[in-house]
Order: sequence, then structure tokens, then C-alpha cells
Amino acid sequence: MTTDIDIEISEVIHKLKHYLPSQSPLKDFVHHNTLHAFQNQKFEHGIRNASKIFGFKVSFNVDEYRELYHKGKIQKSIIERVLTDIKGKEVVDDWLFKLIYQDYDSSISKRVGLLRSSWKTTYSLDLDTIVHSNLFRILNSYLDQGVGISKFPNTTDSFLDAIRDLDSISMVSFFKTKRTKSLLNDRNNTLTDLLKIVVGDERFYEQYLFDQQFAHPGWSGLVGVIEENPHTLLDQRKITLHDFIYLECLFEIDNLDNSIGEGKWLPIASLNESAPKNIIVDYPLTELDEVLNLWQEAYEWTYYDEVLAAIMLQNHDDNYKETSTPSFQAFFCIDDRECSIRRYIETTDKKCKTYGTPGHFGIDSFYQPENGKYYTKVCPGPINPQFLIREVATQRKQKKDIHYSKYTHRLFLGWLITQSLGFWSAIKLMLNIFRPSLSPASSSSFRHMNKYSLLTVENRSSKHVIDGLQIGYTIPEMTDRVEQVLKSTGCTQNFAPLIYIIGHGASSANNTHYAGYDCGACSGRPGSVNARAFSYMANHNVVREQLSKRGINIPAETEFLGGLHDTTRDEFVFFDEELLSPSNARLNRINKLMFAKCLDMNAKERSRRFMSIKTTGSSRRIHESVKSRSVSLFEPRPELNHATNTLCVIGKNLNKNLFLDRRAFLNSYDYQFDPEGKFLAGILNAAAPVCGGINLEYFFSRVDNEKLGAGSKLPHNVMGLIGVANGFEGDLRPGLPIQMVEVHDPIRLLMIVEHFPEVVLTIIKSSSALYEWFDNNWVKLVIKHPKKKEIYVFKEGDFSKYYPMNHKIESVSDLSHFIESTDENLPVLQLN
Amino acid sequence: MNTFLLLFLVIPLLGFILNILTPKRKENLISQIAYSTAGLQLLSTMILCTFWVVAGFPNLNIKEFVIYSADGYEFFIDLYFDKITAVYLFVGSLLTFLVTTYSKYYLHREKGYKRFFVTVLFFFLGYNITIFSGNFETLFIGWEILGISSFLLIAFYRERYLPVKNAIKVYSLYRIADLSMILVMWMSHHLWHHNIIFAELNNATVVQSTQQGHLSISIIVALLISVAAAIKSAQFPFSSWLPRAMEGPTPSSAIFYSSLAVHIGAFLLLRTFPFWENLIIVRVIIITMGVISTIIATMTARVQPTVKSQIAYSSIAQIGIIFIEITLGFENLALIHFATNAFLRTYQLLVSPSVVTYLIREQFYNIQLKTIKTDNILIRKIKYSIYILSLKEWNMDSLMFRYLWNPLKILGRKSKFISHKSLVFVFLPIFLVFSYFMYHKPMLPSIVLDYLPTILSFVSLLLVFRSFSERKNTFLSWSLLLFSHFWISMSVSFNEDFNADLNIIYLSGVVVSGIWGYLCLWRLKGFEKIFDLNRFYGYSYEHPKLALLFFIACLGIAGFPITSTFLGEDLLYSHIHEDQFFLALFVSMNFIITGLSGMRIFSRIFLGPHSKTYHEIALRSS
Repeated sequence: MTTDIDIEISEVIHKLKHYLPSQSPLKDFVHHNTLHAFQNQKFEHGIRNASKIFGFKVSFNVDEYRELYHKGKIQKSIIERVLTDIKGKEVVDDWLFKLIYQDYDSSISKRVGLLRSSWKTTYSLDLDTIVHSNLFRILNSYLDQGVGISKFPNTTDSFLDAIRDLDSISMVSFFKTKRTKSLLNDRNNTLTDLLKIVVGDERFYEQYLFDQQFAHPGWSGLVGVIEENPHTLLDQRKITLHDFIYLECLFEIDNLDNSIGEGKWLPIASLNESAPKNIIVDYPLTELDEVLNLWQEAYEWTYYDEVLAAIMLQNHDDNYKETSTPSFQAFFCIDDRECSIRRYIETTDKKCKTYGTPGHFGIDSFYQPENGKYYTKVCPGPINPQFLIREVATQRKQKKDIHYSKYTHRLFLGWLITQSLGFWSAIKLMLNIFRPSLSPASSSSFRHMNKYSLLTVENRSSKHVIDGLQIGYTIPEMTDRVEQVLKSTGCTQNFAPLIYIIGHGASSANNTHYAGYDCGACSGRPGSVNARAFSYMANHNVVREQLSKRGINIPAETEFLGGLHDTTRDEFVFFDEELLSPSNARLNRINKLMFAKCLDMNAKERSRRFMSIKTTGSSRRIHESVKSRSVSLFEPRPELNHATNTLCVIGKNLNKNLFLDRRAFLNSYDYQFDPEGKFLAGILNAAAPVCGGINLEYFFSRVDNEKLGAGSKLPHNVMGLIGVANGFEGDLRPGLPIQMVEVHDPIRLLMIVEHFPEVVLTIIKSSSALYEWFDNNWVKLVIKHPKKKEIYVFKEGDFSKYYPMNHKIESVSDLSHFIESTDENLPVLQLN
Repeated sequence: MNTFLLLFLVIPLLGFILNILTPKRKENLISQIAYSTAGLQLLSTMILCTFWVVAGFPNLNIKEFVIYSADGYEFFIDLYFDKITAVYLFVGSLLTFLVTTYSKYYLHREKGYKRFFVTVLFFFLGYNITIFSGNFETLFIGWEILGISSFLLIAFYRERYLPVKNAIKVYSLYRIADLSMILVMWMSHHLWHHNIIFAELNNATVVQSTQQGHLSISIIVALLISVAAAIKSAQFPFSSWLPRAMEGPTPSSAIFYSSLAVHIGAFLLLRTFPFWENLIIVRVIIITMGVISTIIATMTARVQPTVKSQIAYSSIAQIGIIFIEITLGFENLALIHFATNAFLRTYQLLVSPSVVTYLIREQFYNIQLKTIKTDNILIRKIKYSIYILSLKEWNMDSLMFRYLWNPLKILGRKSKFISHKSLVFVFLPIFLVFSYFMYHKPMLPSIVLDYLPTILSFVSLLLVFRSFSERKNTFLSWSLLLFSHFWISMSVSFNEDFNADLNIIYLSGVVVSGIWGYLCLWRLKGFEKIFDLNRFYGYSYEHPKLALLFFIACLGIAGFPITSTFLGEDLLYSHIHEDQFFLALFVSMNFIITGLSGMRIFSRIFLGPHSKTYHEIALRSS
């Protein structure tokens, strides 16, 4: 029978899931706002509460800001303006003193964990240390996706039932005491009954459960995620956070009974003299909080101002209309890593034109590689695809490597293998150190789809449905998708003869977080299938006929060509080149030579952040080192991924001649074709959560790499193929490892949109989920007025005019000098 | 060729010292020194081996330095080189060279870059001393260095709780191995009546004639050796430390805990094989241990859901087989097996992060979801039982807890009556009274004199137990360690004629370290108001230099071979008679627990999560 208390507990568990980290298993790694649970509050407010409730460090501390200030990374003039705006002109000097000189105690204490510390203070019992290692091991074995050779003997039942099954049949128990055993086996026992034993007073249940689960947020969070989305495991399991908590409470009783004796210990509510506390509360603003907020604002605006000034100073031809046909066009993902390659291509061939649009190119489907036993989602996470694209006609052979084979862990076979394989291991190790090369264990973006395969993009019959998914798209469906991408990017006329659609992916070796390196818009997969499928659709004659009815006339000689950019190795691969017309094939050959040069230069620009590569010298040589880096086992930073991302530019030519140092997501958009902002709404609804999520995950992993990030990846141990932990018995470490974020500056994303303020305001207010991002300041929004040389900042529900403090922007003609000069962030530069 | 051997200790030592002197921010230079040291060692190994092969595989022995000699006693460093050394040297230098090169990039920008390479070279030094040692004393020096550097490598991430906890756990097991080795040294003094060198063990007739008269002692010595070997090689029932040692950066776990450090036990067995090859009972015991280890470790490896622990247990299983091979006399096979196992496991561990990419892809294409088999109940019973047992590592970890930690805790609790007050008003006066008697022994009845040394050594043991269990007063805990050494020195002085030399050699090192430690603690008190031994304070975050200085004091007070105390300890044992087993045991336990207690004080104050929270601190569970 369910009682009120049971209901209350299930509400607490629901609440817990909301606050626990929500990172999926490794293979489905997607960036998201680490503190998403606080997103309904203003940024300053939400992070303050998160910090005081859970003990997170949510910004730099005062000393760190002061160091930035002394290094000139926070400008005094900006601080003064921020103070004037927020605090008022009269008190600027007082606050300036507080910011720069006042002593503050920066210690962070937390609300969670207070109640449960009574076990230690009263009984000198370190319950967590004893309970955790067993609990994690059992959970990990149950969830294990293929590390263990002997699988958990019962994976068909739910977690708790499987434990019951094992424990009742086996001659040895998981538990030490009889009482726990009988508690487990009596199915009438609810979690409420267990909490009654452990906690006693029901007013403390919520506090206790928060204390307990936030002692190991990694595992608990993962359990929550799997409960909500069981498909994230290929080999599925039935588990709930409730079951996990149930088992943990059992282990607590077991160890309390064992160490102190049954009946000799009191429930924790009786040990505790203070009244029960609500865990989720609102903390008042302290002076230190204010100081930190002001510093953060000043830090951010120091950078924003530079960017906005540069955009203001640009010469925009308001009535610019494209008349000439570009030499070729290329579509890339909005990803910040594509920012520089587009710049190189555009500066090398001044007649070409590049576009940015989310890297799934409107394709919303699952993908099944040939012989693959599962479907992989290749579109943004929130979309629930109804389509399936299959890879056919390929002879894929998987290379094997016996070093990962389970035979080496067997007894006699292991003995034989060890005896013979050992010397080979030494040689392989030597080769890998001195001549790194691609191995079966590396993750390569080009493996996602075989270049010579075929894709079932087009739906041939309405009967082609598998597992409720339609195989391929019908003509109207294809037309919709092509139209959407072309119109939203403002590419509706003057089509070049050759249009590249280039997805992106990454390669790395020895990298557990490889999924986070691929395209976020493709759910952490490379964008090759999408690029190729889109090209197929756009090349389709019937689709083109339909398109022309919708106002998009693509000349017959224009051809789309799908490709993939490997952002780690800086390589392009193109698909279906053999289908090009002779003249386009020739154009493509010429372009490929040009791309090769651009990729070299791009590799050189990236290399300035890499210690092992000298940035001076020939870009070709540097490119070779960058490539070998991507397959080196010993390289924890094959590429720096989204590190330093801070901007999202949505517009046409806003950044045309600006050097943004690979810090910007670039989404092409032409307000002229979208006066009501219909497409802009779509863009913002996708970009705010995706780019904002990436930016905030980097933000928080950077400021508290230990609690919100994954710490150093060097000691990481792979747990059941689903997560990483330190050593053998630690909690899972969600978030990003320090190696990914160390060069990142924790600055919130600044979205720059080119449109009229009133239009944008209507759009963002039309969706509450979207509006929350801006209204609560988790992402900053500014508008570049299309007709005037004016910039507006979104503040308190409205746009107000912005006057940049910078009035000059450095202009350069030769970038390489700048690139070679430093491995730090470069200023915004005007390119000539 | 003989003098050439010394080079193999000089190279690592020089590299170690050079690396200490290199400034922290010179990342490149630090790693260059490290891999050049290992590379040079590798090159020299190849040269040496060429000459050695040409000369027809002779066994080389050099008695290098006599450090101290008195009538009937000599302490000397002896080096020895044979096939076993050659293989260990080659594998060790090659792997260290490869892994230091690897780490040059891998550890880039890691906090503690220099600390890592210094510790690795320290380990490398210890490893070389151990494999080149020609007698137990030399071996023990290397052995101690291995123990300490292991502690440091496991606790490399010293600002987190689990690495520190596990480092202490592993170190305390290592101390048990040290205990066995100390007793082995003491017993062999009496067995051979001189400081035995390994070269002599090859003389079968000498060994046999010696053993004939002292069969039981010989068996005990051999068993103690196998206990030490089992601990170092993580054999049953000591296996559970190995997966827990995998807390450092992956390369260090790869080279040390899956390959070099863990094969040192096998080395010890290989080295001493001639000594126990005729003791059938010992051979049976070692084979049994090897078989049990292999089977249990294989079963445990099968259920491991984490990559590193799986590799660890597989390695243990192979070492179990190596133990069997050694015991059966297949020396060559064992050596090849050692080399291949070391290479294989190092590589497997280095590429362990790749397992995600590889296995998920394999799962994606090749998965076969098992259908549920309804086995009969008996089969399920057995299957489930084995599974749960293996998941619980056959209770080896809780076993260690129950039989090693709990007794220590209980004894510590029993010695609670010792306090600052009782120390000053009871123990000190008693000590002074006995000191008086030390010069006037005839005043005591002979029966008292017979038992006095053992009793006094027991008192000293109580003092260190008390030190070990102290939770509040750091200074009390520290002074107890120092004080207990005086009781030991007195107990041995009662045993024979008072020997001023011995006491000076023995106590001078301890006293200096003791005062040094005091100074460090006082200095810390000046910075930090609060610290006790009830939790971890992590002060090395703000005071890394002080941490290092105090660490050295801890080494000193534990009789680590940096002060004269190390020599004094050995000398002291020569004054414990053959029949005084308890005296020897108490004294040895005192040394062991002093080392542990010192490390505990160091860890609690300087390691673990920092007590100040103005910066990023990991959760306790990570």
C-alpha cells in the first residue's frame, strides 16, 4: 500500500534526479549546461545557490579575478562602467576598492552533507568509505557493457530483483548481517521502511537522501539518466534511482549493524540536535557574491566590448545585394572549430562563399551502418527521429587487436598469449611512441561511414519501415529539409556550380571522451552521413522541381557534394565525387588543392596551443605533426575541441573580415529573406541550448574542475564502458577533464544576431524555454541593427543601445606573425 | 667488467639527483633527464650484456664498500650480476625508457610534473639496487626505496582522498613484507654466522650443510622470504592491494603496478631459489600459493567491470604461474614469462582508455545478447556464489582489514593509558631508572636480566602502538616514535654489554630526524592553527616545501637508509641472539609500525583534500 510518505519519497527522488548530473554514458556524450537545474533562476542567483547548497565553485575566486585584472585581461574602464551601470555612479570608488583590495574569506561551505556527518561524529564510523566501494562495484557490474568477461549473472531482472535473485540463491551473500539479508528478501519492505531504520524521523528523509546521493553524484546521476532513457545502453538494463538508493540504504544498515551491532545504534535523526533543513533553499546575496558577480561581468564585457566594437567598426553595406555568382559555395557546421577553416578558404579564394548551419544539415534520422546491430542517432539530442538511413553495399572489415581481447585474461590461454604476445607488445609500444599510427583502437571520424558505401536516403516505398522508422525520406520530406537549410542561411539565389556540404568529426586515440569531440548537432557523431544525405536530396531532380515551386531555383548544372572535415587531423574527405559532371569534377580537383593549403594553414593556427609542436615554420610540416598527434596514444589533447568558445554570430557578413580566434559559432542568416523571423526562431531555438550548453559545460568544468569537471584524465579508469572514475573504487566523474578545458576562459556565450530589435524580441518571447536562456542571463544576447550602425544589448526584458568603449581595432595583413607570437588568446583583429 | 656494475647504480642516482635540482617550471629538461637516464641505462645494459655473453655468461660479484665493520660484524654493499639480473635489468630499463618518453607528453601541464619524474627515477634507483644486490642488506636498501616510491606514486594525486587512503593501505602491506625481510636478515645472520652474499647460495654443498643442522630455521627463513615475495607480487592472500594501487597517472600504474614493482616478488624467489630448492615443504607451499593465486585471480579478473582492475588481476594470475615455474626450477621459462607479462600488461594498461572506442564498436557490430538459460538450481547456486565471491575479491581485502588493521587498532586502543602526562611522569622516570641499571647491570637478578630486553622492547612497541592510534595530538604521536627508539636501544643494551658505538650509530639518525620533524611541525603550527590526526588536512597545497621536509623526517625516524639509523638497525640485530625470537619480533614490529605511524602523520597533515575550501577540491568519493 502506498502511503503519503511513500509519495513524498518518490517526489524527493524526482527532485534528486533534477539536481544530479545528467551526463549520458560515454558513447552518447553530449554537452549540456552542468547546472541546468538552476536555469530557472537568474545566472548570478542560480550559481550562488548551487555553490552554497552543493559546495561547487561556480566562478573564479577573488584572487583569480585580481590576477586577471593585473594581467590586463580585465580592463579598468570596463569595471568602472559595470559598476556605474549596476551600482550607480556615486559608489564606484567604494566598490572599486572592494573589488581590488578588500579581503574576503573565499571558503565555500556546503549545505548538503551536514546531517550524514553525524555517523562519523557519533560512532567514529566512516560509513561512506565502507559502503561506496561495494555499492559502486555491484552497480558497475550490473550496468557493465562489456568490460567484464563474466557478465552479471542476471541482467534480465530489474537491478533490485537481480540482486535479490543472486543473494538468495548464492551460498555467499553481498551482506554481512542477517537482518539486511532478510530486509532485502522481504519484498514488502519499502524504501520508507529502510529510511525509518536509518533515519528515523521522516522530516529528515529529504535531507538524508540528498546528503547520501550527493556523496557520489556521478553514479547516482548516471542511474537517473539510464532510468529516464534506457536506450542509451546498447545492452539495456532495468534500473531506477529508487532501486539504487534502496540498495545503498541496505548497505548502510548492514555496515552499521556489523560495526556497532544491531540495536546498538540510533537512527540518525536521533543523533542530530538541529532541526531538519530544506536542502533546496534560496541564499541571500552577500557582499562577496556581489563582488564576484561584478568581477565576472567586467571580465566578460572586457572581451565582449572588443568584439562588439569590431563589429560596429566594420563597413556594412546596408543595401548589399548579391549579384555575382560565387566560384563555389561551401556549407559548414556552426561549430567554433570550423570558424578558422572558413576564414582561410574565404581569404584564399576571394570569390567563394561559405555558410554555417547546424551540422546535421536538417537531417533528422537514425543511421545504421552496415552490419551494425543498432541505430545511431545523427541529429540533435532533443529530436526524436522518425527516419532511418542505412548504409549498404560496403565490405567493412573490422580490424582486431588482441591486446583488447579477453583471452589475455584467461588462465592457460592467457599464459600462452602472454608468453608470445609480450614481445610484440614491447615492439608496438616502441612503434607507438616513436612512430604513431592509426590503430584499431583509435577513434577516427572517417570510420563512421564507409566512403564507398551507398546510403538509403530516398524512401522507395511506404512499406519500408523498420521498428517504426521509415527508411529514407519521401520527395516532399526531402524538399522540406533542403528548403529549410537553404532559406535559413539565406542561400536562395546565385547558386555556384559546385556547393560543398561539409560535416565534421574528430579522430583521437586513447580517448574515453571521443564522443564529445564529434559534431554536437549529430548527437556526438561525425556529420558525414548527414552531409552526404543532404547532398543527395539537393541533387535530386524531383526535389529541385519542388524547390523551384517554393521559390528556390537551383540551376541544373549546380551540384552538391558531401564531405567531412576531420577537425583533429585537418583533413577533408568527399563522397560521391564520381557522380560530378566533368566540369564540376575539374573544379573540384582545383578546389581540393586549395583546400589542402587551407588545411595546412588551419593546422598551423591550431598548433599554437600545442606544446609538442613548434608553430614557426612551414605549415605543411606542422600539419604532419598535427596529424600524428591525433593517433598518438600519449597525447591527452588530440585537439582542444570547443575550448575558448564565447561567441555565437547569427547573421550575414557580420564577421566577414574579422579574426575571432576560433572562438565563435557562426550561423549564416539573412534577415532580408526572413522579415518576420520565422527561420531565426528555428535557429535560436537550436543554437541557444546547443551552443549555450557547450559554453556552460566548459564554463563550469573550468571553474570547478574537481566537482563539476572530471579532474585530470590521466588517472582515469574506464568503468563498464559507460563512464570514467579515478582508480578502482571511485565515483564516476562526469563533466570535462582538465585537459579539455584548461585553456578555456569562463565567459558566458554572447549571441550576436543581425535583425531588428523588435523582431528578435517577439521571437524570443514566443518560447518560454528560449526566453529563459536570455532573460536569466545564462546566454547573453545582442542585436546588430541591420540598417544602422548600432548595437543593442538585451537587458531586463528589453533591448538598449550599446556604446562600445573600444574605438579602434588592430588591423593586420599577415596573420602568421600573430599566430606564432603567443599561445594565449588573441585579440579581435581586422583582416585586410 | 666488475667495476662496470657500479655504473648501473650511479646512472639512476645521478639522474635522480639532477632531476631534484632542476627547477619546477623546466618541463622539458625534467623529462629529458628522466628518459635520458633510462635510455643511458638501457644502452649500458646492452653493452654490458654483449661483453657478458662474449665472456660466457659468468656470474659477477663485487663486494663494493664495507660501510662498517666491528668484530664479527660487517655491513657492506655487495653487487651481483647473473642471468636473472640481466633480464630484470633489460626489461626494467626498456620499460622505464619507453614510459618516461611516453609520459613526457602525457603529463604535460600536470600539476606535479616534476614530482612525477623525480619519483619515477627514485623508483628506478630502488629497482636497480634491488636487482643488482648481492646480499640481503643491499637488497633491503633497494626494497625500502621501492616501498616509499610506490607510496608516493600511488598518492601522486595527493589532494584527493582515495589515492592517499590507498597509498597508505598498500604501504602498510609493504611494511609487512619489510618485516619479513628484516627477520630474514636477522635469522640468516645466525644461520650463516656472517653476512651472507647471494653468490654463496650457488654453492650447493655449503647451503646443504648449513641447512642440515638448522632445518627449522631454514624453513622459517624460506617461508618468510616467500611471504615477502607474495606480498610484493600481490599473491594470495595479499592480492587486493594491486588494483587499489592504480591511482596514479596511467603510465605510472602501467610500468610499476602492472609490470616492474609487481614482479619484484618473483625476483626475490628467483634470487633465493638455491637456498630453498631442497626444502620440499617450502616448495609445496609456494606452488600451492601460486596455484591458488592463479585460480582466484583469474576468477576475480573475469568479473571486473573496470579495465585497470581487470588487467591487475590478470597480471596476478600470470605471476602465480611464474611462481610455480620458479619453484619447479624452470628458471628460463620464468624469466621469459616475466618479461612478456611485464611488456604485455604495460601496453594493455597504457592503451586502456582506448577500450571504450574498441569494445563499443565491437559491441555495436558483433553483439550477441544472451538468452536467459534456466540452469538447474545447483549450477546457478555455484555460478552465483563464485560470481559474488569473485566480485568481493574472495574477501581478501576485508581479510587484510580484519587481521592486520583491526589488531593494530585494538592494541592502539588498549594503549590509550599512555598520555602526555604518563609519558613524563611514568615512562620517563622508569626509563631513567633503567638507564641507571644499564651501567650497573650486576645489581639486577639474572632472571630479570634474561627477560628485561624482551619486556623493554615490548614497552617500546606499546609506545608506537599508542603513537599509531593517536587521533588528536600530533606532537605526542611524533614524540612517542622518537621515544620508543630509546627503549629499543636500551633493550638491546641490556641484552649484551653496553655498546656505545651501536647506540650512537643507531640513535643519532633518529634523534636528528626526530628534532627535524619537530621543527617542521612547529613551523606548520606557526602557519596553521588547527591540525590533528583525526582527518586529512592536505596542507601540502599551501606548504609543499614543508611537506617535503617533514616527509624526509618521517623517512629518517623510520630508519630509512638516509641516516645512520639504517646501519644501526642492522647492527642491532646482530646483538639479538638466535633464541630471542620475541625480542627480534618486537623490535622488528616496532620498526614497521614506526614507519607506518610516521607516514600516517605525514598523510593526515599534508595529504588528502585540503581543509581550506577557497579552491577546487574533489569530492571524497572521487
